[in-house]
Order: sequence, then structure tokens, then C-alpha cells
Amino acid sequence: MSKNLFEKVWEKHKVSELSDGSTQLFIGTHLIHEVTSPQAFGMLEERGLKVKYPHRTFATVDHIVPTNETKEPYSDPLAQKMIEALRKNTQYQGITFFDTSSGKQGIVHVVGPEQGITQPGMTIACGDSHTSTHGAFGAIAFGIGTSQVRDVLATQTMKMNLLKVRRININGSLGAGVTAKDVILHILKELGVNGGTGYAYEYGGKVIDNFSMEERMTICNMSIEGGARCGYVNPDAKTFAYLKDRPYAPKGVQWDTALVEWKSLVSAEDAHYDDVINFEGADIKPTITWGINPGQGIPVDEPIPTIKSLPVELQSSAREALEYMGFSEGQSLKGTPVDVVFIGSCTNGRLSDLKEAAREIRGRKVSPHVTALCVPGSQIVAGEAEKLGLDRIFTEAGFQWRQAGCSMCLAMNPDKLVGRQLCASTSNRNFKGRQGSPTGRTILMSPLMAVAAAVTGKICDARELFKDEG
Amino acid sequence: MKDKTMALEKITRRTGRAIPVPGDDIDTDRIIPARFMKCVTFDGLGEYLFYDIRKNDDGSEKEHNFNQERFHGATILISGNNFGCGSSREHAPQAIAKAGFTAVIAEGFAEIFLGNSTQLGLPCVILSHEDRLLLSVSVEEDPIQEITIDLIKEEVRYKDGSLPLLLHASNRQALIEGRWDPLQDLIENAAEVDKVASKLSYVNTAG
Ligand code: SF4
Repeated sequence: MSKNLFEKVWEKHKVSELSDGSTQLFIGTHLIHEVTSPQAFGMLEERGLKVKYPHRTFATVDHIVPTNETKEPYSDPLAQKMIEALRKNTQYQGITFFDTSSGKQGIVHVVGPEQGITQPGMTIACGDSHTSTHGAFGAIAFGIGTSQVRDVLATQTMKMNLLKVRRININGSLGAGVTAKDVILHILKELGVNGGTGYAYEYGGKVIDNFSMEERMTICNMSIEGGARCGYVNPDAKTFAYLKDRPYAPKGVQWDTALVEWKSLVSAEDAHYDDVINFEGADIKPTITWGINPGQGIPVDEPIPTIKSLPVELQSSAREALEYMGFSEGQSLKGTPVDVVFIGSCTNGRLSDLKEAAREIRGRKVSPHVTALCVPGSQIVAGEAEKLGLDRIFTEAGFQWRQAGCSMCLAMNPDKLVGRQLCASTSNRNFKGRQGSPTGRTILMSPLMAVAAAVTGKICDARELFKDEG
Repeated sequence: MKDKTMALEKITRRTGRAIPVPGDDIDTDRIIPARFMKCVTFDGLGEYLFYDIRKNDDGSEKEHNFNQERFHGATILISGNNFGCGSSREHAPQAIAKAGFTAVIAEGFAEIFLGNSTQLGLPCVILSHEDRLLLSVSVEEDPIQEITIDLIKEEVRYKDGSLPLLLHASNRQALIEGRWDPLQDLIENAAEVDKVASKLSYVNTAG
């Protein structure tokens, strides 16, 4: 049998086998941000080490940046300290930093692709679990801890165990109003939050082939929520078209050479997989979560499962989830009032997400009791959206239009839920306390569904609300 | 430089009192909530371990093993399945270690958490669901008893007997050989690293 992309990329980047049988893997591209890097720089300093390949590390600031103030020092002195540490460290080590004044700052997983830093066949690492996003380009991209950030800075390599590869096919086509976010929430619902342990996920099938690069990023982004260490899509003409002429993409003759190489890395027709799973696009409905992990999902028009109907090993966390969320088994969530709507994050904060949301919000109003936030994933996304007048569409409808950052995805900046507020969110995690209030509640969904929740003030089926439009 | 490798402790066993933290899928947001990660060093994180599990909104203490005198001084955590899922933040195992814990027993671990912990010399070992329940019940009843995690014999011993533990072979080897922090090994292969780099066109042409 022939090799899949993961195996080919792994082989090209394998440096050596370590004494315990694991692999020393070369990391071609390293992305860093302010939360998980300062301690790693500290560890380097302690040992008197320098960054080995500073030109292969790129930095931005995203988690702690406020989205409604630009003047420094920020009102949060801890946030100020973190951004300053990153400035100092990157400057001292000679690392490119997309700072807030660069016009290119944003969520690290939005910035990498946007700049053309993310390319097929690369190994990529970042001290952030959603590094799997970059797999949309046919890169093998791992989220890592801070000690590994240290390892990559010092050696451009890290220790890794080889993964198995599971091919996930989404066959056929999707119904109207069903989006990439629904596809990944559906996969998580079916395979569970640790079904991917030990695996890399390769996504394919007609639905994925037809997806835009941005939709593929939404899918790969949440691979980690399923327990997979990374997720990827084989590169194709869409991948190459997206990358052409981006600032860090190869140019001229180098582009032609790269193209040949990228094509050679695609999984062969008869490639070997450790597991293959098929889903039918037509079976997927708009999907939302009802619990406290991203695998606790339901189609919007179906009730929360009864505890009895769940496999035994999922029952205790389901009970805990119902108690925390204040929902009951068998309950339908349609009609449940929401307090906050958040559109943004590395899952759904790119231009296509904002365009899709804006198309439906135009001419409508946010329900009066709902606080609605739209936070672009990067300064470039914000700029392009503003050029298209999307900011005005959002603000006229009653949304707050903010500056780029992670914002209410994990609330390390001032954007937080208050008390038990219920948030319809396009982000990727619905853990207890994730959005900044220890008792706050999150329902994950697509941008389309979030807009529907914003205008009706309730969880509803976007397909019914927007059915008159194409 | 060799000395630094030698200096790593060979971790063959952990002994101490234990504390059960019930629940499956305890994610790293719960181990250390993001609002406590606004820091540029890991020092002081131990104080915020499981903060929202331990405390109410108003700062008062919840009913939880962590707030019970009888579990004070425990150095081994016991939890359910998929422990450490979610965010890759190393702040989670760091907070556990800084709070004085030297090992974690669970029914399963999320991979990034497991890797992060091993690299810090914090062994994470797996028991079957039934065995984990046995152990938790025994510890709940008698928190004073000593638990031993034996990485050589691959078992957990407690007052009622011993339970077979599971540990990824490479993690086990790294711990017992005192090679759990791989940095020195990685540095020593610098020549090989440069060789791989020289064959990767994107590393050489960019920049
Ligand atoms: S948007 Fe959310 S998930 Fe993405 S990098 Fe930021 S905090 Fe992490």
C-alpha cells in the first residue's frame, strides 16, 4: 500500500529515534503567542541557550489583547506585562513579531495562513492546542506545551510519538443552512471527545473537497476537541490558489518547485489508513452543544438525549453537564433564551464567517435583551470586513464591532460572561467557566445559528428563520 | 552539559497519600482557569489549582475533597477518564506540581497533557475503571493510608492490595531512565538536525 500525507511528511522531518523509541521530529515552522512562550524564553535564558533558527519562528499577540482599547498601557497591568515580555523576547532573539501596530496582528491560527506562513507538507508547532487548524493546508500541525516550546526554540525539534491515521470521509453534499461548523460538531458528537486519541485525522470526501480553505480550517481547528493530535486535508488547487502571492509564500521559480513538491505529498489513492470512517453529508443537520464538552452535541431540532440512552461511560458527565447547564434530559433547546452572542475565534472569526453572518443580519435587529459581539480574527480580517462595510451592517443591527483577538473564546481579556449568562458562541470550547465566568454557560454553534440566536434572542433553527433567502 | 542529563532523577516510584478528584473529562480549563494564566512565569500557579472546583463565585469554599482537612498533605491525584483534555496549556501540570503533587492516577489522559506532564517528571498512570473505583473508595474511607505507584513493577499498591497500572512504554522508559526531559538529547543531535533542515526547501528558501 502507498503512503498517506502524514507518513510522508513525518518521514521527511524525522531526525532520529530517541532511546525510548519516540521520534525527534524537525519542526519547520514555529508559531508563538504571549501566553505560553514567556516561560519557555525564561527556560532558555536559564540554560544560556539561544533560538536555533529564529527565522522559522513567528509571533503574534492574541489571547490577552483588549478588543475595545488600543492605547497602552492597557488597563490590565498583567496583560501589559505579557505583551511587553513578548516584544522583548522576540526582539532579543531576532524573531518576527506581528505586533498590534503591524496591521497584521490577530489570532495566531488566523495570522499563519493569512501571511502564507502555513504551507503544505510542513511540520508546524505552536503552544496552543488549536494549532491543528493549519492542517487545512496539508501541514502536520501540533499544539504543544511550554517545555516543548522551549525545545523547539532551542533545537527546532521536539520529541513525538508516531501517530496512527484515521481517514474521515464526509460523502455526498450538505443540506441548505448546514455549515463546516455543523460538520465538525457532528463528527465530535459521533466519535466523542477522546475517540481520536493516538490518531491524526485526515478529512476527505466530496463535502471536504468542495469546502473553501476557510471551511477546511474550521474543521481542522476542532480536531483537538475530538482528542486527535492533529487533523489535515490533502492540499489541492484551492490550497495553492489561496497561498499564491501571500507575503511568505514562495515566489517565482521557487513557487513552481514548491508546487511540484506539495503535489507529491498528497495521500495516494490506495494509501494506507489505520481506520476509515464515513459520514453522509445529507445526515448532518445544524448542530449545537447542550453540555460542557464539545462532544455533547445534538441536531438543533432534536431533544437532549436521555441519560439512559447514552453509553454507560458517558452518563456521569452527562448528568454533571445537565446540572451545570440547568437543562433536563429529553428537553428541546429550541426556544431557550440566550443572553450573549459571540461571533469570532480561530474556529469562526475569518472573513467568510463574518460575511455569512452579515448577509443574514442585514436589515434585522439584535434582540433587545441580547449582548452581541463580533470580533474579527485578525487586523487583516477586520480591515477587509470594514472595506466591505460589514462593520456597519453589524453595528446597525446592534452588534458590537471589536478589534482582533481571542476575546470571549477564553476571556483572558476584559470580554467575559457574567454570572450564569448563556452564550451562543461560534468558538470551540464549552467547558465550565471557559468564557470567563465560573458559572457561565456556552452553547457552541455555527455563525449562521449564532446570528439566528442574536435576532430572535433564543436558540432556533437558522434554516427556518432564513428559509426565504437563497 | 552531559551532567545535566545525569542530573535528572530516575523516577521509579511515587509514594504518598492520595486525594480523589471525581469526574471524567476534567479539562485543563478546570485544572487552571485561564484567568490565572496572566503571568510570565509558572511560579505561584499552585495556589489556583482547581480554583473553580474548590471555590464559589464569592470566594467561599465549596464542598470538595480539596477543602477537607483529612486530605491535606496528599501528593497523588486520582481522577476519572480523559483527564487533562482541552487546552494544551502546560500551566495545568505545572499547577499540579507546584501544588505539591508528584503523580496522577486516572482512567485515561488526554495526550498533550500526558506529554507535558511526563516532560516535567510528573508520572501519569492509568488504572482500569473498576480498579480506579476500588482505589478511590479505599482512599475516601482511609485517606491516611500510603499509596505507592511502582513504575518498575507497573502496579499501584494500597492497603488492600495491588492493582496493575498502564503506562505508555516510552513514557515509562523515559521516567525510569531519568530521561523524561528530552532537551539534552535533542541538543546532542544538532548535526542530524541541520542535515534534515538542509533537505527541506521551505526552511532554506524562506526568510
Ligand atoms: S480563539 Fe480561542 S481557541 Fe483560538 S487560539 Fe484564541 S483562545 Fe485559543
